[in-house]
Amino acid sequence: MSDTTPHLTMQQSAPSATGLDSAKLGMWLFLATEVMLFSAMIAGFLDMRGRSPADAHHVLNIPVTAVNTFVLICSSLTVALSVAAIEQGDQKRLRNFLLLTLLFGGTFLSVQIYEYNVLIGSGELTPWNSLFGAGFFAVTGLHGFHVFIGLIWCVLTIIWTSQGKFSAQNFMRVEIFGLYWHFVDVVWIILFVLIYLV
Amino acid sequence: MTADTVVGTGLVRHGGRKFSDYLIFNTDHKVIGIQYLVLAFVFFLFGGALAGLIRAQLATPDAQLLTGSSYNVTLTLHGTVMIFLWIIPAFVGAANYVVPLMIGANDMAFPRLNAVSFWLLVPGGLLMLVSFAVGGAESGWTAYPPLSVTTPIGQTLWALALQFIGFSSIFGAINFLVTIFNLRAPGMGLTQMPLLAWAVAATSIIILLGTPVLSGALLMLILQRWLGAQFFTPAGGGNPLLWQNLFWFYSHPAVYIMILPGFGIISEVLPIFARKPIFGYKLIAFSSMAIAVFGFLVWAHHMFTSGMDPFLRVPFMVTSMIIAVPTGVKIFSWLATIWAGKLRFTTSMMFGLAFISMFVIGGLSGIFLASVPIDIHVQDTYFVVAHLHYVLFGGSVMSIFAGLYLWFPKITGRMLDERLGRLHFWLTFMGFNLTFFPQHLAGLQGMPRRVYTYPPELWALNLLSSIGAFLMAIAVLPFLYNALRSLVAGKVAGPNPWRAFGLEWTVSSPPPVHNFPTPPVVEGDPYGYGERPLPGTTGVAAPAPGMAGGE
Repeated sequence: MSDTTPHLTMQQSAPSATGLDSAKLGMWLFLATEVMLFSAMIAGFLDMRGRSPADAHHVLNIPVTAVNTFVLICSSLTVALSVAAIEQGDQKRLRNFLLLTLLFGGTFLSVQIYEYNVLIGSGELTPWNSLFGAGFFAVTGLHGFHVFIGLIWCVLTIIWTSQGKFSAQNFMRVEIFGLYWHFVDVVWIILFVLIYLV
Repeated sequence: MTADTVVGTGLVRHGGRKFSDYLIFNTDHKVIGIQYLVLAFVFFLFGGALAGLIRAQLATPDAQLLTGSSYNVTLTLHGTVMIFLWIIPAFVGAANYVVPLMIGANDMAFPRLNAVSFWLLVPGGLLMLVSFAVGGAESGWTAYPPLSVTTPIGQTLWALALQFIGFSSIFGAINFLVTIFNLRAPGMGLTQMPLLAWAVAATSIIILLGTPVLSGALLMLILQRWLGAQFFTPAGGGNPLLWQNLFWFYSHPAVYIMILPGFGIISEVLPIFARKPIFGYKLIAFSSMAIAVFGFLVWAHHMFTSGMDPFLRVPFMVTSMIIAVPTGVKIFSWLATIWAGKLRFTTSMMFGLAFISMFVIGGLSGIFLASVPIDIHVQDTYFVVAHLHYVLFGGSVMSIFAGLYLWFPKITGRMLDERLGRLHFWLTFMGFNLTFFPQHLAGLQGMPRRVYTYPPELWALNLLSSIGAFLMAIAVLPFLYNALRSLVAGKVAGPNPWRAFGLEWTVSSPPPVHNFPTPPVVEGDPYGYGERPLPGTTGVAAPAPGMAGGE
């Protein structure tokens, strides 16, 4: 072993008895855990909603959030395009699409913070003044936190890209970031339907 | 650089040869295993001291040692510490050490994540200790609202501590699953894996799907305590049953997190000391998976008296009883394993045999409790306390000790003293039964759990319990002395002191930093006793010379 830190690097090419990449398998398992976490939070939200007046969600600004949802879906598209770019070894397009992802994701989070400010500032909906608010802020806040983590991860991926760490043969980290990002988007689509539309 | 060199010298290292290697962010699974085991054992002593306080308070009917409130804090921390900071991490530690060796891997799949898992446990444990110091976590380990949302700040710290411990568990579970699926040595199919690997895989699936539900529930609890969100309090329109459902959706499967690795350890101990192949390999392996699945379908049997819809009781009673079937399959497989074997009554084997008998008692009282009419009668009495200690101490803790006595020579390179081991065993076994058997009777006579005084008629049974607890405390001393003395003065173990199959016994004790200097060779299943020669020997596998005999 000539590398002085053989175990301190991400093991992308570890031997695999199943043929699945370890890092990718690990990410899928992590997403399984995330599904259960959001299931618990959604169960909590639905319970609280069921105990609230039927029109509790009318204080929400549906048009703005609909546009915001579209923005987040766009970010999923740009992540998919960034993975496609590096599959062909195009580092510049990878970086550009990641920057776009950062822009869309950042916009989404900013609009969510704006929405919180309006709701809490006006006192129309807070975590403490209604059960619907409790469920709403818990589940959308947890999702927002996931977007925030995703943005940090996106910045890191951009830095790795500019350091030339990825190529057409080696882009597992981009794919894994993509898996996370798509997951966070899918969760939002479910939340948007459940909270804002139904 | 050889396979036995520690990599790195700063705060991030891989490998353990010096004492300081064990105090830093070390990515070697063997070091991390020892870190887990030592930390868990320290918490076992702490949780045991809390149990001592409880039993001192209950030694007489109207003792004034603790107040009602400090008694609540003591029992809450006792339960939480023993479950989350002793049993679960002790199993994680043992599995961390031996599973990669057993499957012929040089480390876990994600060594850095493995170290992160361990180091998340440290702030979790510290927060738990602070919560004890400031007081307030009074609502038992189940933390039912409304009490858990009205208690002082310690309860918040308690919840935060559990969040840290939960993340630690989840990252560990991902690591174990990827390791077990992907890092098996060439030639080791899933059905050539040692049964401990199966058990750890089943446990990891439960952690992966159950623990995040607790994280969600704790998040809501914290939001209620910090922001006044009214999730769980009827006064604000919330739903206390929401907490109970989410909590038990995790915490019933969690009892299998606390026992399946023990099942795995016993499946290693029995063949070695009965000198026979394991009976029903596939049945034992698949029943672990069946338990992992069924474990998610029984949670509401904890809530028969909580005001749930009565018609739901029967389905949950039925599923709870069904889960006894895969467990029974294991028990009978183990009995068939030792049947007509050449039993060697080493300390490890004695803990293993005690595990079977004590766990069966706890399992049977579990079937009583699954039955709705009995459950309604004895809900929240000492009958339940007796039941859960027969499975968690008589089961889990006995199996942890069976594993420690089995693998101590592998981990340290030294043998433990068998005479001190037997003293430890008998004191533990007698103390355990003296403590917990009378609690069945106290419970049936109506003694409620979590109350710091009781009517004088129950004094005799409680005094027996307290004497038993004292014996169990004494029992730890020969173990501690034995472990510390054997570390420096124990007989040198050599690679394979028990003449056991399994890849972990083919490398030196302790193993080289990178485990396998040459790639391991897998020869069929790891239980070939009496069927084929041990690697590197001729003739079928015979017992170790001078092994404490039982004929």
